[in-house]
Amino acid sequence: MSSGFDFEVLDLGLIDYQKGFSWQQDLVNEIASGKRKGVLIFCEHSPVITLGRSAKKENVLKPGEQLKSLGIEVVAANRGGDVTLHLPGQLVVYPVFNLRYLGRDIGLFLRNMEKAVISLLNDYRIKATALEGSTGVWVEQKKIASIGIAVKNWVAYHGVSLNINCNLDLFSLIRPCGQDIIMTSMARFIHFNDLNVSEIKIKLADKFKQVFTRG
Amino acid sequence: MTKIILPELGEGITKAVVSYWYFQAGQAVKKGEDLVEFTTDKATFNLPSPVSGKLTEILAPEGQNVNVGQAIGNIEE
Repeated sequence: MSSGFDFEVLDLGLIDYQKGFSWQQDLVNEIASGKRKGVLIFCEHSPVITLGRSAKKENVLKPGEQLKSLGIEVVAANRGGDVTLHLPGQLVVYPVFNLRYLGRDIGLFLRNMEKAVISLLNDYRIKATALEGSTGVWVEQKKIASIGIAVKNWVAYHGVSLNINCNLDLFSLIRPCGQDIIMTSMARFIHFNDLNVSEIKIKLADKFKQVFTRG
Repeated sequence: MTKIILPELGEGITKAVVSYWYFQAGQAVKKGEDLVEFTTDKATFNLPSPVSGKLTEILAPEGQNVNVGQAIGNIEE
């Protein structure tokens, strides 16, 4: 399945959502033209609510004025899925990967992203699972990572947001993914001192390597 | 005439919604240009035009659910 696929890692740190999107678009074009095979982007975003292609406006539960006063932007995103929220303390992972090397299989790509995140969480002794029919990663029936992607010229972008140590109260502003679900984070299961974001990024990049390049 | 079809998108994906046509019927399209966007539960997929020509017919308008392999439009080369 991996057939010569490999990727570089790019850490953008805390970056505005639109700037992150712009990075992805540039990389999609480079990858589609064959200059690179894939880039795994890590970043965090200032609070922003994004509306995927399947989003219903009623899943944003507070009026725009109120969100604005809280410093939260609402933006349309061209990924699949409904409403989600990005905020500091949540690791956003954008695997901008050429799916031509990965069997041109969007379903498998989504499952493999879940697999990488689950394997990472298991290393931290967090019993995470995938639920059939509900893409994402779950712990004790609560969602810890959300997934939504776009594919252009068989290059995937957008990706996964993993709650590490973020203000979960802000998720009450939306119906995450258009469902009545409760969100959770790694900090609910691990002592703060043991949550080292740099280490998590290194481990997660390695999980992506295992899943996507070693078949 | 070239039929535009929803291609195989992989494991467990049997249908998708036509979410956006980048062109209207009657317009000229070039090979490789974004032609139509499909949306599944967690993914959007942009289909590039397979040929250059005129998009003569849209068989599946935006919002329509289509099966993998189903024709959604025609291009006259």
